[in-house]
Amino acid sequence: MENKSLKELSAGLKAGDFSSVELTQFHLDRIAKYDNDLNAFITVTNEQALNMAQSADEQIASGNAGALTGIPIAYKDLFCTDGVRTSCASKMLDNFIAPYNATAVEKLIQAGMPMLGKTNMDEFAMGSSNENSYYGAVKNPWDLERVPGGSSGGSAVAVAANLAPVSLGTDTGGSIRQPASLTGITGIKPTYGRVSRFGMIAYASSLDQGGVFASSAEDCALVLQSMSGFDVKDSTSVERDVPDFSAGLNDSLQGVKIGLPREFFDEGLDSSVADVIQNAVNDYKKLGAEIIEISLPNTHLAIPSYYVIAPAEASSNLSRFDGVRYGYRCEDPVDLTDMYMRSRGDAFGAEVKRRIMTGTYALSAGYYDAYYLKAQKIRRLISDDFKQAFKKVDVILGPVAPETAFKIGEKSDDPISMYLSDIYTLSLNLAGLPGMSVPAGFANNMPVGLQIIGNHFEEASMLNIAHQYQQATDWHKQTPEAFAQDKVTQANKSKEGK
Amino acid sequence: MSLTPEEVKKIAFLARLSIQEENIEQYSQDLSNIFGLVEQMNATDVKNITPMAHPQDAMQRLRDDVVTEENQREKLLSNAPLSEDGLFLVPKVLD
Repeated sequence: MENKSLKELSAGLKAGDFSSVELTQFHLDRIAKYDNDLNAFITVTNEQALNMAQSADEQIASGNAGALTGIPIAYKDLFCTDGVRTSCASKMLDNFIAPYNATAVEKLIQAGMPMLGKTNMDEFAMGSSNENSYYGAVKNPWDLERVPGGSSGGSAVAVAANLAPVSLGTDTGGSIRQPASLTGITGIKPTYGRVSRFGMIAYASSLDQGGVFASSAEDCALVLQSMSGFDVKDSTSVERDVPDFSAGLNDSLQGVKIGLPREFFDEGLDSSVADVIQNAVNDYKKLGAEIIEISLPNTHLAIPSYYVIAPAEASSNLSRFDGVRYGYRCEDPVDLTDMYMRSRGDAFGAEVKRRIMTGTYALSAGYYDAYYLKAQKIRRLISDDFKQAFKKVDVILGPVAPETAFKIGEKSDDPISMYLSDIYTLSLNLAGLPGMSVPAGFANNMPVGLQIIGNHFEEASMLNIAHQYQQATDWHKQTPEAFAQDKVTQANKSKEGK
Repeated sequence: MSLTPEEVKKIAFLARLSIQEENIEQYSQDLSNIFGLVEQMNATDVKNITPMAHPQDAMQRLRDDVVTEENQREKLLSNAPLSEDGLFLVPKVLD
């Protein structure tokens, strides 16, 4: 059950080599054994997981199993899960039991995937290090003193340390791609509108998009397939057919045009990370791709415009937390205003407060044109840069993050330096484009991710580009040694079983 | 760009966030730095650029005005900090 692709796990389940209950228990055992060190999970749903695995086994026995039936999964703790605490890693929602399933979750339940639990994250998805969690920082399995990236750090670590074969995250400014890069796994953020946002607790509604963490592009394709598609419950979900994401995985890259934006390779990029990316580009040349230098001239404006648009939307979205309908309420409020102020003041962490205040100021009377409207115009410029680029190339490659995983605490006192680490990921969210991070090597003994950027709704070609690279390299098969399976114990267990 | 502690207090009130007095200074420094970063936008001419509110420039979809939700009052109320007889309770609003 170790280091197997989802396809192999599914085949094993159908052949009766192991049951879904055994596979699920295997991962629950690993969580019990390793998660004290990693802190990837906020809630482990042992009982639900095994019940769902039991049902999956029955489905498999009756011959009605799909491609994902019986394979367990973990969800970032901002996907609503009916009857299970959904905390957003905030004191505000520490006691919130979701009354329904997010559409993405519902679809994967229908596909027969047992839920292992809910993963740790930056509070309300605001952060790039997973240090902003009410439940404590998540540790990077490659070096426990380092961050796993964020905001979907727990979901990334769950897969990187094989506590789960696959997990869901969300990406508002890089929150899937950056932790995937920093933990050495594959992550995909689809096109805005591809996956329903219904039941995903909102941070910045025009930027948020759900996606997948797995060990390979092939695995990502399978799960993304099942969770994508139009949803009447999300007014921004796109009414468009979902193609077969796996059908073109084996297409040749001969003649594929790959763009390298020169702005992604400037002085801000760590030279050892640049070397890894350059090696990956050379690998693509060998696979027959044509490399074309391109320019995305407004890249430098992504951070300033994002840090208006995202906080503005956040200040509006998070106004729903008022201490009335759900969430935390302060002790003994004297009046309504006192209740709002102290409930929100006590229960939101510092970064959430910073972003709410940034957004509130940017939207306040007299400042709207100077900040929000201007940022939306710049958003257009950034999107137009990509439009021009995709006239010349099929996909774009670059780094995901300017450096490898930093030390816990290294940037937590300096919000700006944390914001700057999102330089290569934010622009995709502003333009609504799909992106991936694919393991491409190591720098300073830590994993480095290669970013693949596709045109709108071109997830399939992005996955093809990623899969071909993973057929030619084995970076995605590297796993952190400290969390490798204890083979002796496992062998003894199977003996006892017989 | 710098935000004074007084401005921070005003913003915090607009956002309905109580901030400890001893943290005001830090927030005013942090927000000033953030807006310093944001003001890099000022060097760019955006005359005649249409603002972009949605990544695919999609319009809001409309649906028929019919009831689609089933009544889950008890379930939804169970998350409320305080409720009674099917109602959310809040501190007294009117004297």
